[in-house]
Amino acid sequence: MDLNSIALVERNEKIQEFSPGDTVKVTIRIREGERERLQAFQGDVIRTRGNGVGSTFTVRRVSYGVGVERTFAYYSPTLDAVDLVRHGKVRRARLYYLRDRYGKSARIKEDRRRSRR
Amino acid sequence: MKNILGKKHGMTRVFSEEGIVEPVSVLEVGPCVVTQIKTEQKHGYQAIQIGYLAANRLNAPEAGHLNRASLVRHLREFKVTDLGDSQVGQIIDVGMFQPGDFVDITGISKGKGFAGGMKRHNFRGGPKTHGQSDRARAPGSVGAGTTPGRVFKGTPMAGHMGSQTITASNLKVIMVDIERNLILVKGSVPGSKNTILSIKESKKGNKGS
Repeated sequence: MDLNSIALVERNEKIQEFSPGDTVKVTIRIREGERERLQAFQGDVIRTRGNGVGSTFTVRRVSYGVGVERTFAYYSPTLDAVDLVRHGKVRRARLYYLRDRYGKSARIKEDRRRSRR
Repeated sequence: MKNILGKKHGMTRVFSEEGIVEPVSVLEVGPCVVTQIKTEQKHGYQAIQIGYLAANRLNAPEAGHLNRASLVRHLREFKVTDLGDSQVGQIIDVGMFQPGDFVDITGISKGKGFAGGMKRHNFRGGPKTHGQSDRARAPGSVGAGTTPGRVFKGTPMAGHMGSQTITASNLKVIMVDIERNLILVKGSVPGSKNTILSIKESKKGNKGS
């Protein structure tokens, strides 16, 4: 039996398709006592892993000169939306080399062919 | 008393509404049938015997034992203090469990074969460096010298590991699917896929988290 069919994972329609190297804007729901608000985190996807309920992806951004990485669970109910900002042109699936770079060399080229589609 | 048999399907995870991830084991549970009721007067103790999964081959004594109930492959006995209104032939299914219940799950753990001290008893092994060879996974000393002049009984050593009857206690029921005869419990349960498991109401009372 397929374990993923058991826990009833529903695809969040507000998650756009993306792949490593793409720049995305992740919106998450944050609960503060009674109130709920949305928080955005924009950066480059440097890793996606797993499939089904357990899958996650990691987004990296450089904020005030400090590298920040956040890993999100793809099927988490706290994930409100993932918007694709820009297609990146990369040759590997795990972009860990970005951690050792900063400034100009840490940029990812835009993949114009995929952006057009 | 809630007692039932099932088998392990594997593990996955579920999200709570607040987005908290719970690791869960997926178990296919029942439907089971009560095959025998043991009483104080006749057998010296009180228990109900439960059968699980249809049998396709039984020998004559087995078939004779089961002829009043349905023919099943696996039998387990549960000691009970109160027989309630259980009757031979009665069908039991997952319906008696609800999310939030706590259960104890017993089964036979995965066999690890003849395992060394590091795996079996969490020995630390020897040093990797300082001129050592052949010592990395060695058990080290097993006792003192002339006094006592022997190795004490029960000294942890290498040996057969796993394939034991293990009970995982106080597991929280996260989800019950009556249509597919499934329950999801938080945490791991003994054994591999398709291991037959006994599931019963938690003995310690529903105090766990």
